[in-house]
Amino acid sequence: MNKLELQKKANDVRKGIVTAVHGAGAGHPGGSLSAADIYTYLYFEEMNIDPKDPKKKDRDRFVLSKGHTAPGLYSVLANRGYFPVEDLPTLRHLGSYLQGHPCMQETPGVDMSSGSLGQGISAAVGMALAAKLDNASYRTYTLLGDGEIEEGQVWEAAMFAGAKKLDNLVVIVDNNGLQIDGPIEQVNNPYPIDKKFEAFNFHVININGNDFDEIDAAFKEARKTKGCPTAIIAKTLKGKGVSFMEGAVGWHGKAPNDEEYAIAMADLEKIGAELGGE
Amino acid sequence: MADVKKIATRESYGNALVEVGKENPNVIVLDADLANATKTNIFQKEFPDRHIDCGIAECNMTGIAAGLATCGKIPFISSFAMFAAGRNYEQIRNSIGYPHLNVKIGATHAGITVGEDGASHQCLEDIALMRAIPGMTVIVPADDTEAKAAVHAAVDYEGPVFLRFGRAGVPVINDPATYKFEMGKGVLLREGKDVTIVATGITVSASLEAAEALAAEGIDAEVINIHTIKPLDEDIIVKSASKTGVVITAEEHSVIGGLGSAVCDCICAKHPVPVYKIGINDQFGESGSAGALVAKYGLDAAGIAKSVKGFLKK
Repeated sequence: MNKLELQKKANDVRKGIVTAVHGAGAGHPGGSLSAADIYTYLYFEEMNIDPKDPKKKDRDRFVLSKGHTAPGLYSVLANRGYFPVEDLPTLRHLGSYLQGHPCMQETPGVDMSSGSLGQGISAAVGMALAAKLDNASYRTYTLLGDGEIEEGQVWEAAMFAGAKKLDNLVVIVDNNGLQIDGPIEQVNNPYPIDKKFEAFNFHVININGNDFDEIDAAFKEARKTKGCPTAIIAKTLKGKGVSFMEGAVGWHGKAPNDEEYAIAMADLEKIGAELGGE
Repeated sequence: MADVKKIATRESYGNALVEVGKENPNVIVLDADLANATKTNIFQKEFPDRHIDCGIAECNMTGIAAGLATCGKIPFISSFAMFAAGRNYEQIRNSIGYPHLNVKIGATHAGITVGEDGASHQCLEDIALMRAIPGMTVIVPADDTEAKAAVHAAVDYEGPVFLRFGRAGVPVINDPATYKFEMGKGVLLREGKDVTIVATGITVSASLEAAEALAAEGIDAEVINIHTIKPLDEDIIVKSASKTGVVITAEEHSVIGGLGSAVCDCICAKHPVPVYKIGINDQFGESGSAGALVAKYGLDAAGIAKSVKGFLKK
């Protein structure tokens, strides 16, 4: 996909996020929207996957370590064809296969159940290790929140990945700067994020995580990096694409009401129109 | 039982891992800097490429095992029960239990027989923690024969299994040539009519010895080995309870949440009779030799016999 196609697709993913969270009446739109471009790039450009064969043995793996942004994952999976986009509003409803946090037994395309912060990265490390043990070529990607990296287990996993030189692993940190209780540097400052991963023997790439040129270059660089894992520190805008959610800590874990939903969708329709969408 | 051979079940764990490792190339053993103590070093010598030392990071080890399992491996994570079940509880619950992944947890150095290390390392709550996780199988082998058989059974079974092993040597009471281990099935070791003793782990051989001492005093005790605490063999317990009318459980674990609680859940619902629990009575352990500790806390044959007599007088 070219940049414009990716931008249009990411806008569709954002619409799906807002629709899912509105349908649920709860959920986490802010961190789903901030990472929508990364989700889109991974599932439409980077990863070797097949929506018709979600368990394909040699597929690339993705672990959403920041599991609360499941609406982002579900929307990209739906848009990629794993299941109908029309099912997104069933998010968090009783009996839905779209659980509040990712559940690998319920949802096609979900490679690992997650939601308890700090645990997903370890599972991703295990998948990367399995590929090494089997001499298999698949790669593993995991997306973490910048608040999530306050969890100690993240650094246990990072130490192991660096020590074992897992160059088939890419850790992406969605650095949108906000966690539930406020700006990350005010809650429990995890900065400098890049230097921390460097110290844990990662190759580190700093990018604007809402710019497809920079995203594309970073994942290509990660693919070429041998002998160590790669960490992509993606500076993003929380709530991106929805005017009243952008940079607003209050939209970390709150659903829009009907009126807000209409405004949000109008915002995204406008962006789509500017991109020349149909 | 002084002339009976004693083997620590952690040793059995290490040896059995080599056996299953030879049979199944997907078996991967993970440790957290305790390979010499958990005895996974026996596997490590045989299969260095399939032994992953994760360093002192049990939570990450647990997550790595989950990831390996999603890729078709059969990982055994190994550490002291305190860390394997205690420190790791939420990782096991969410990364292994919830997705029902095929990870085996080899928890060594369980209970007070850790000995001299003292209370910080004597896990008395692991059975309670693990049996509360939906879909988790919980096995506490009584001796070398059973421990090895349990490791084989865990590999043959698809799903998470918690295996509890000890540091101190325990008498080998089962003949490896004839013993058949069946996950979820209790073993009637001694028939009796006056009282049912339900034991697990190190208290099984001690309960058998206690039963002989009780017999000399005119108390005919039935002894059942419950190696699989979850799923519990309710039939064998109910059948025995309906015969003897009183059940006493014995375990190297807190009386809260372990074998005794599991048996109470069953007996309350299916055949209400008095149940008394022998175990650690809601307290922490302490330093001492394993032998001195089991004697002090009443988990040896003499202690079990004394408790049984006391309960029967009530």
